[in-house]
This record gives sequence, C-alpha cells and structure tokens, in this order.
Amino acid sequence: MNVKNPKKHFIAYLINLAGVLVLFFLLMGLFKSNVLGARTAYLMGICTTACYTIVMVTSLNILVGVMGEFSLGHAGFMSVGAYASAIVTNALADAGLPTILLFVIALLVGGVASAITGVLVGIPALRLRGDYLAIVTVAFAEIIRVAFCNFEITGGGRTMSGIAKLSNFYWCFWVTVICVTIMYMFVRSRFGRTVKAIREDYIAASASGVNVTFYKVMTFTFSAFFAGVAGAMYAHYMTAMIPTIFNFNYSAEFLTEVIIGGTGSLTGSIIGAALLSALPELMRQFSTYRMLAYSIVLVLVMIFKPGGIFGTYEFSLTRILKKLLSGELFKGKKKLTDEMGGAAHE
Amino acid sequence: MSEPKANETKKEPVLKAQHLGIIFGGLKAVDDFCLEIGESELVGLIGPNGAGKTTVFNLLTGVYQPTEGSYYLCGEKMNGKKTHQVVAAGIARTFQNIRLFKKLTVLENVKIAMNMYMHYSLASSILRLPRFWKEEADIEEKAYELLDIVHLKDKADFIAENLPYGQQRRLEIARALATGMKLLLLDEPAAGMNPTETAELLDIINVIRDKFHISVLLIEHDMSLVMKICERIQVIDYGVTIASGKPEEIANNPRVIEAYLGKDDEEVALSC
Repeated sequence: MNVKNPKKHFIAYLINLAGVLVLFFLLMGLFKSNVLGARTAYLMGICTTACYTIVMVTSLNILVGVMGEFSLGHAGFMSVGAYASAIVTNALADAGLPTILLFVIALLVGGVASAITGVLVGIPALRLRGDYLAIVTVAFAEIIRVAFCNFEITGGGRTMSGIAKLSNFYWCFWVTVICVTIMYMFVRSRFGRTVKAIREDYIAASASGVNVTFYKVMTFTFSAFFAGVAGAMYAHYMTAMIPTIFNFNYSAEFLTEVIIGGTGSLTGSIIGAALLSALPELMRQFSTYRMLAYSIVLVLVMIFKPGGIFGTYEFSLTRILKKLLSGELFKGKKKLTDEMGGAAHE
Repeated sequence: MSEPKANETKKEPVLKAQHLGIIFGGLKAVDDFCLEIGESELVGLIGPNGAGKTTVFNLLTGVYQPTEGSYYLCGEKMNGKKTHQVVAAGIARTFQNIRLFKKLTVLENVKIAMNMYMHYSLASSILRLPRFWKEEADIEEKAYELLDIVHLKDKADFIAENLPYGQQRRLEIARALATGMKLLLLDEPAAGMNPTETAELLDIINVIRDKFHISVLLIEHDMSLVMKICERIQVIDYGVTIASGKPEEIANNPRVIEAYLGKDDEEVALSC
C-alpha cells in the first residue's frame, strides 16, 4: 500500500462509498417500488439477516483468518450483546428517546458488554492456542447459554419478547457498512499487521518486540465487540429471542461461513455470510432436501476451493475500475467480477 | 571457569552475563555462564551439538528465565523480563531454523519489528487520521533503508517464504535490525549457505557493525567463518564454559579439541 500518498487512498475510499451507495439505493428502490409484491417483506428479512450475519462472520474472520485462532463460541458473544442491549433498551423504553438514538445506544451497549466479556474470557483463554482455545470458547458459549436460560432478567429460559423494534433493513445496512469498514481499517493498520505476524509465528513475533498476549487479547476484544453489535442488531430486529438459539450450531454456522468465504479475506466473509444466509431460503423449493443440498454446496466448495471462495484475496472495487478503464478486463471476467462486486457490498 | 577477558573500560559493557544457569528438571543445561561483550564487539559462541548454545540465546532473550545468575544490558538488569521487553531494551536475535512471517511480504516482515516505535491509536487507524499516514510513511522509509542494507530492497513486495534461503536469512537480520537493538544474537546465520552467500553475509555483518555500532554474539558451526570474523570466542560443552579467548588460542586449546574430536586425536586438530 502506498502510504506516502494518502490522497489516492481517499479517492479509493470515495469510490467504495459510491459503490455502497449504489447498492443501497438499488436495494431501496427494489423494496420501495414493490415490484416483488408480497415477497418484498420476506426478501427484506433475508437481507437484514444477511446484515447481522455479515458483521458476525467478519468479526469472526478477524479471529480465525487474521489472528489464526479458532473460536467456536462466537454466538456466545452475540447473545451477550443481544441480551445486554435488550435489557438496557427495555429500561430506557419510557425515557422518550428518539428511535435512532436508542438504537445507537443499544448497539454500543451490546458491543461494550460483549467486549468486556471478551476481555474476561480472553485473558485466561488466550494463554492457550489452537484446539485448546477452541474448546475453551465452546465452553464459554455453553456457560453463557445456560446462564441466560436461568437468569430471571433474560427471561429465565423462556422467550424474551417485547424488545423494542428499533432497526429495519436500512439501518442495519448502514450499521453493517460502518462495522465492516472499521474492521477493514483495523486489519490494514499496524494492529492488523502485528496480529498477522502473531498468526504466522508467535515466537518470532515476540522476538520482534511484539507483546503477543496484549495483541491477542486486544483482537479478541475487538472481535467480541462487533459480535455484540451484531447481537444488538439481531435483538432489536427480531424483538424476541430465546437463549437456546445461540447454541453451538449457530457458532459453527458462522465458522462455516468464514471458511467458505475465505479465511483472512474480509470481502470473502461478506460473500460467505450473504450467500449462506440466503442459500437455505433460496433452496426452500427443494423442501425436505434443503439441508442436503446445502451440505452438498459446502462440500463442493471445500473440494474445488479449499481456501474458500476468496482465499486470502480481497475484492477491490478500485482495482476493477482501474482495469475497466484501461480496458484490460475481458468480457467474461467482467460479468463475474461485477456480480461479485454486487454481492460484496451487500 | 574462565574469566571474561579483562578489557576494562569505564563504560558499562553492552552485555554482562554473570554466572547464568538454568536447570531443566535434573539437567543443568547451562551452568555458570559468564560473558562480557563490549561495544561493537563480535564474539563467537561455539560448542558441539547439544552443548547449550541456543539455550544461552534463549536465556539472553527472556524465552527462559535463568534459575541462577543475572545478566545486564548496558548496566540494566534483564532478569525477569519477557521476550518482547528484552527486545525493546535492545537485544534482538535470529533463529537457527529461520522464523519469518512466511505469508507476509518482505516489507511487512520488517515493519512488524518496528511496531514498538509506532504510537498511533486504534482511533487514528480507523479514522485514518494524519498521524496514521505520517507514522506509516516514516516506517516505510526506514524499512526500505534496512532492506537496502541487506540487499533486499527490490524484493520488498515478495512474499517472504518465496525468497531463496540465503535471502530469507538476510531478511531475518533486517528484521532484527528493525528493532533498533544494541546487541544482536545470530544463531547459525551461515547454516546451509553456499560460500558466496556466506561471503555476502560476512559483508552485511561488517556493514551493520560499522553503521549501527552494535555488538554481535554469534553461534556458528562453520569454523572458518568463526575464526575469520570473531574477535573473541567462548566455547561451551555440556552447558559449561570450557575455554574463552582469541580465535588462535581457541584453535589450539586441548580442551576444545577434546570436546570436538574426543581424546587422543590431537593430530587431526581444528585444522578446518
């Protein structure tokens, strides 16, 4: 990256913003014009699901792809964020705050609560590596789930309902854009570089003056924060939730999406999350064979693209534009990349 | 066993190790290790396989904590410090089996070692504040300078693991240099290198000593290299220092010959 010329980067950021805006207005046009008739609400639902899934998967990818540690308990952080934000917004319900402010408060509370949990879990857990750490994260998520099943304040195992509906697809879209941007900036900074070094060789990293434990806990916390934000989005979109959905399967689903998208590629995570949250819905016509078809898709991707759809490659709108302008891109490839571009910004 | 050479100056030596020792279970891996290294001095540490040379490096870089004795960098006590703190204080090392950040670029490898000199916050990196751009530009320039010294400037964008062996060794040295150390520990830098590469490595070691006035402690099995460049040599065997002195003294020291070649084999000596 050419750090000596920030202007070039700002132009690139603007181009990406323009791409996101185009996508946003396309989707908004689609939903507002009601061309899909009765299916609009259904499609919007899928897109909103895709939004918080994207945040979840991208934040998990920071752990798995960038830091190189498996977490099988990411849904645990999500539930912490979801419940913490729901409790706070319930308490503030009568304060007469505008919806948007309440939503932002919910997101921050969810994120911070989850981040604090991240620190508490991270400090002891990150002494471990690899499989051992993965097992600890599973245990953590299970503890959280069981605890939330028993606390009176979280509904005591029953569905916690009546959470204020603060978010809709449009809000979720922008929250997702902001979250992904922040994570992208994190990865492309000294922090991301250092964390990648720890992934590559933690002994060499500490011999290069890197405080390995500090950066690991920091990244863990950072990732947990966004999982919490995603949880808050979830809670205030669904308005009802039960602790048991934040189970091991849910965590494993996020991990699958990270791997399908490409470990280490944030744009890959976006594709993976968007694709896999839409796929089960799109395959409803296969009805009983739905989950079978879903599994087959996963197996095929793993056989033909073991590194995930994107591998470690990052999709870049500016790169495509540059190639387009210089006419280097031949037609077949163009179509493919354009499709990917559309999905990348969803 | 042997007293460090008495080249007493008023200045604190760069490294002063006093009676360092470490015990693993019942095994005394290093015992009573004493060494002083002055500024810009190049000292060799040799010994047969398993003698404890790398353990000495691990002690000096905080990977292991010594169970006996203490060591000082420019008068500052290093005992109890963690590796990254020791590195920040000024002791950097390379590894016997190269340890690079394999999937990262050559430039990134060097930049990572400069992270401790970077201070922009998480907020300025996320918002891309001027401070971010300034510090990133600064270290990029410094990283290129260091890569130039090890003749890798044109390879800056290569993925580290794609470099040939000799260049990987040099990159490791550049990365160690990037930490801004006072004492460089080189663990078998010439292992597996051909004579041309070894000669090039020698040049680089000389250049960095002249340029940065750093002291070097070198583990090496290539005796011709050790005899050629080291000002002093310390020999250890089974964790114990058996000799220390000028290269020519070491080459003729019966105990050293015995350690390397066994008894009654003086004829073969250390002719290599």
